[in-house]
Amino acid sequence: MSLQDKDRIFTNLYGYQPWNLAAAQARGAWDNTKDILAKGRDLIVEEIKASGLRGRGGAGFPTGMKWSFMPKEPPKDHAGNPRPSFLVINADESEPGSCKDREIIRHDPHLLLEGALVAGFAMGARAAYIYIRGEYIREAEVLFAARDEAYAAGLLGKNACGSGYDFDVFVHRGAGAYICGEETAMIESLEGKKGQPRLKPPFPAGAGLYGCPTTVNNVESIAVAPTIMRRGASWFASFGRENNKGTKLFQISGHVDKPCVVEEEMSIPFRELIEKHCGGIRGGWDNLLAVIPGGSSVPLVPAAEIMDAPMDFDGLKAVGSGLGTAAVIVMDKSTDIVRAISRLSYFYKHESCGQCTPCREGTGWMWRVMERLRTGDAAVEEIDMLQQVTKQVEGHTICALGDAAAWPIQGLIRHFRPEIERRIEERLANTAVAAE
Amino acid sequence: MADRYIEPDTPELRARWGNFAWTPENAEKARDIVARYPAGRQRSAVMPLLDLAQRQVGAELNTQGWLPIPVMEYVAAYLDMPIIRVVEVATFYTMYNIGPIGRFHVQVCGTTPCMLRGSDEIMAACKARGMKKGHTTEDGLWSLTEVECMGNCSSAPMVQINDDNYEDLKAERLDAVLDALAKGETPRAGTQEPGRHTVEPLGGPTTLKEMVTENHDYRGEW
Repeated sequence: MSLQDKDRIFTNLYGYQPWNLAAAQARGAWDNTKDILAKGRDLIVEEIKASGLRGRGGAGFPTGMKWSFMPKEPPKDHAGNPRPSFLVINADESEPGSCKDREIIRHDPHLLLEGALVAGFAMGARAAYIYIRGEYIREAEVLFAARDEAYAAGLLGKNACGSGYDFDVFVHRGAGAYICGEETAMIESLEGKKGQPRLKPPFPAGAGLYGCPTTVNNVESIAVAPTIMRRGASWFASFGRENNKGTKLFQISGHVDKPCVVEEEMSIPFRELIEKHCGGIRGGWDNLLAVIPGGSSVPLVPAAEIMDAPMDFDGLKAVGSGLGTAAVIVMDKSTDIVRAISRLSYFYKHESCGQCTPCREGTGWMWRVMERLRTGDAAVEEIDMLQQVTKQVEGHTICALGDAAAWPIQGLIRHFRPEIERRIEERLANTAVAAE
Repeated sequence: MADRYIEPDTPELRARWGNFAWTPENAEKARDIVARYPAGRQRSAVMPLLDLAQRQVGAELNTQGWLPIPVMEYVAAYLDMPIIRVVEVATFYTMYNIGPIGRFHVQVCGTTPCMLRGSDEIMAACKARGMKKGHTTEDGLWSLTEVECMGNCSSAPMVQINDDNYEDLKAERLDAVLDALAKGETPRAGTQEPGRHTVEPLGGPTTLKEMVTENHDYRGEW
């Protein structure tokens, strides 16, 4: 059975209706939030754990468990004063292919703001900072305005929703750095520095923003929380396969007839997702070449393997890739697949923060080799050398950007090595002809 | 990011920008911004204040705005932080222009999802109008940059021009937008695809159809 509209959380996803407080409340947002908070911290965390919600930002870490890492009693500073805790909401959506948080923020910002209060309360946070990517200029304007509405209505701020709990929400705009989507880079950026990731440990739950306990969550993870609390963990867990529960915003781009963003049940088969919402693959299913199913950082999957794969964390892991942010980039047979991946290598070269040598030097090096492989101006042995270098970048950097730069290339070599070799041979043959 | 260069600090630059100060309106905004962060943590406000300063410079020059060194010094003094920490931030984040820029900053997304939907054609259309990557046209109207994924992948290809996005582009649709801007008009932002609202499938949503015409409340069906 497929997901019904009544079970969709983001009912104003396409923005046909206003985002403002009155309209959002008519759709069910901010409906007696006081009662949710009255359940108490522990019960909220338990409910989110029971719902099976896994983080929607890419890594898929269980959200309830993440919240439970926050200290029950505030730690003391050196003078013996209690230190506050913070919730940081990651709205720095920059992963190529991802465009879901934008729709939440510009069309249903009150779901996010209410989620901030519920999540912040559940982890004992004093305030939430929503870090929105700098390029989302109009979206940030909506978010600022929605926040002011919520304050004016007494839903946020002192005695939020009449609960007796004081909770502030602030919006912080980024300025064009992909790396700030990494949680510790985001914290650095919020502190007014270059967004360069920190070594872990200490983990943010111990020492994060301003050295205080901090949890960083994705927009979608936070925005679904109030609905889960209202409808119950068992409702949310009734969708998707075991260990992959809930509903999910899928973002389909590339070579489908009708690219779109759509909320669907987790574990929906790839073919069904595309047929139902995207009008099929451009030129038919025989024309499908490969799919990047979870945003640029996950390896591509060839057509034959993806067609009937369930779109969830485990299903995509089984085909050597991942769900990531559920940003589905579809490529048909007209695609220059080496160029498509090489362009991603350029992206990582551009976005490397420059802190760790393997990534700073490696991303540029990998991109330059990829560009030569694109034109065939290389030796066959260089494919193996490139593969080795990706292995030397992967796992040898402070954050996962090095891994993210390595994986698309590894996926390309794994599945399209004959195509790379063909280009090299073709170029050699052409050079030989020219020499004669 | 290594290919960005800060505009040299010259006597002319100092003469032009040495007296930079917030306008009364921006002074109030700056106070509000600093108040978002805990006392003693005012450094956190450096990013929004650099944005504010860039916009003020832009308003003065009738361009997108940029950050001359004396302006960065003003922000540093305002937040009581070393100038080098401000320069670090201004040079690290690509949305801060560290050299002069044109009236309209045409930022073409060239990352793979846009590339698959035809961003080459969009870039070519810009070049056909005399724009060159990393440069401003002689009339000062257009600056062209190829940017990385802007998060509009389901309505690709797209460009961001100053504060607005133009999505679902084709060369002629981009030309229409640029022509309108050049004439001083305000073209409609968002998708340029006739009949498309935002990111629903073209031809109408496959889900949540009630929402098209009314603010439907689904709770009665729970």
